Amino acid sequence: METRRTILASLLPALASLTKRGLAGWITVIGSGMVISIVLMTLLAPWISPYDPSAINVGPRFSPPNGQFPLGTNHLGQDMLSRVFSGGSIMLQVAALSAAVCLVIGVPIGLLASYAGGKLDKVCSLVMDSIYAFPALVLAIAIAAILGTGVVNMALAIAVVYVPSYFRIVRSQVLTIKELLYTEAARAAGAKGRTILLRYILPNVVPSIVVVATVNFADAILTAAGLTFVGLGVAKDIPDWGWDLTDGRALLPSGAWWVITFPGLMIVLLALGFTLIGEGLSELLNPRLEQ
Amino acid sequence: MGLRSYIVARVLLTIPMIMLLLSIVFLVVRVLPGDPVLLHFEKRATPEAMDAMRQKLGLDKPLPLQYFEYLAGLLRGDLGKSMQDFSSVGQQIFSAFPATLELTIYSMAVAVTLGILLGVRASRSYNSPLDHSIRAFGIIMYAIPIFFLGMIFQIIFGIGLRWFPTGLRMHPAMEPPYGLNLGSLHISTGLYTVDSLLEGNIFKFLQALRYLFLPSLTLGLVLCGVFIRLTRSNMLETLGLDFVTAARARGLKERAVVYGYAFRNAFLPVLTMMGLQFAVLLGGAILTETTFSWPGLGRYIVDRINFRDYTAIQGAVVFFGLLVALVSLVVDILYAYLDPRIRL
Repeated sequence: METRRTILASLLPALASLTKRGLAGWITVIGSGMVISIVLMTLLAPWISPYDPSAINVGPRFSPPNGQFPLGTNHLGQDMLSRVFSGGSIMLQVAALSAAVCLVIGVPIGLLASYAGGKLDKVCSLVMDSIYAFPALVLAIAIAAILGTGVVNMALAIAVVYVPSYFRIVRSQVLTIKELLYTEAARAAGAKGRTILLRYILPNVVPSIVVVATVNFADAILTAAGLTFVGLGVAKDIPDWGWDLTDGRALLPSGAWWVITFPGLMIVLLALGFTLIGEGLSELLNPRLEQ
Repeated sequence: MGLRSYIVARVLLTIPMIMLLLSIVFLVVRVLPGDPVLLHFEKRATPEAMDAMRQKLGLDKPLPLQYFEYLAGLLRGDLGKSMQDFSSVGQQIFSAFPATLELTIYSMAVAVTLGILLGVRASRSYNSPLDHSIRAFGIIMYAIPIFFLGMIFQIIFGIGLRWFPTGLRMHPAMEPPYGLNLGSLHISTGLYTVDSLLEGNIFKFLQALRYLFLPSLTLGLVLCGVFIRLTRSNMLETLGLDFVTAARARGLKERAVVYGYAFRNAFLPVLTMMGLQFAVLLGGAILTETTFSWPGLGRYIVDRINFRDYTAIQGAVVFFGLLVALVSLVVDILYAYLDPRIRL
């Protein structure tokens, strides 16, 4: 409880003064606006979609954008507008779940290993650095190919790849904070290791974790799209921007640009939204890093 | 520390990392799913057929022995046998690799050139609208899925304007460049742009470049953001240093000051970043190759995923891992050579 309050106290002032902090604040606001609109759109999709996104032959096949089908139709005569409305749900679920897994695994390991130091720290760092150095997409593909398809499996494959980012940022922060005077004072006053970690160190690491998490959200979305593109996507019958792009590749010679353009733009907007939040927050929360 | 002892120390440090990496891949592919053979057939084969397959691939042996044979095989350059056709995975990878290498070299060149030019430009007009636009360009490029950008290029420049082909490395009717014949010695790199020049065939060289253009532009653009940001921040730092001011005071042209003095110092971090980005580049190459039907390692992996050929996937992943470890080793050594402070 105490810990949560200390963490919130370190975050809230920054959030409250977002728009007063110049460009960085505005970048964060714009990014959040993009992400929130897309999440709302996905949640409201069943009510705002003109057609059932999975229903085939609701219109002619390969109809270019027109009054009745504002974003056109695909090779199955499905309405692209309805598919764009609901196509983000899997990607958002995968990204959120993988971020949660990363937080639950990466942060505690990072805290413990770097605070304890010694052999534990060395071993953890070696393992994390090895994964970190590996091409992220290649590893995610290998794991996803073996785990099989599904939201949870895809999220796990992505989480394994990004856990080291959390570990590294937590570790580097803890190593600095551990040596600061106020931590030393707490130790001198007889505080236990657990108290020092949770009440003195963790709250100061949280801003960096928030920044890494938002940036990784963007990475997770792009990786999820990439996994779908190489054929490791979640169920094909659920509308998904990634699948629409993948199917669209085979349809390119027909010149049906609208089949890939709109789902692709949605992925760009979503990833861009998270990237902007990350950019803005990293300047707002860690002003020293930017200098 | 001398350069030689630095190299020795750096190589020794790479060994545990590679061992760990190999073990992780082994664990993920062989142990995690339980039985790759079962997964390969999706339970649609008789137990006898599956047993025969296990025996043929050596998967019937106890795990520690399998692990040992896997490591021993790697030392001999043996990456195992494919589950699909029992051919050597290593050979298949070596024949697909030059295509990926050529793509990554040209993409890296695009990314670094664009990144340096735009990064230097942005730093020279710090905090101006131009600076902000260049920064925004880098961020937007980062958020675009590689294959989406690739398909947009295919639609515009390939299908619409018909300026560039939308796939493959060369026209299917054309013989790939042969390389150079020196008596009985045959020199061939597998890189079409190099082999066509060795052959002295300018037409083939231009063809190879034409086929390379869209894929390497796609991959290069997505990667250039990192280099823009790095060059910009390093240049901002260097441009404020005394020796740059001194160069300006001596009346040197701005161009000479920026590229001859400031940039020389800002380049070292770019070199390190090239090494680090190589891993990202390989991941991106998988998607680019799939988009442009480029017959390299990326396409190989994607094909093998469709066949559920786990031994081949394992081989390709190991190959990627070793490649990245090797490149980062070379970059670190190069860095130490260029900047003696590293060796301290």
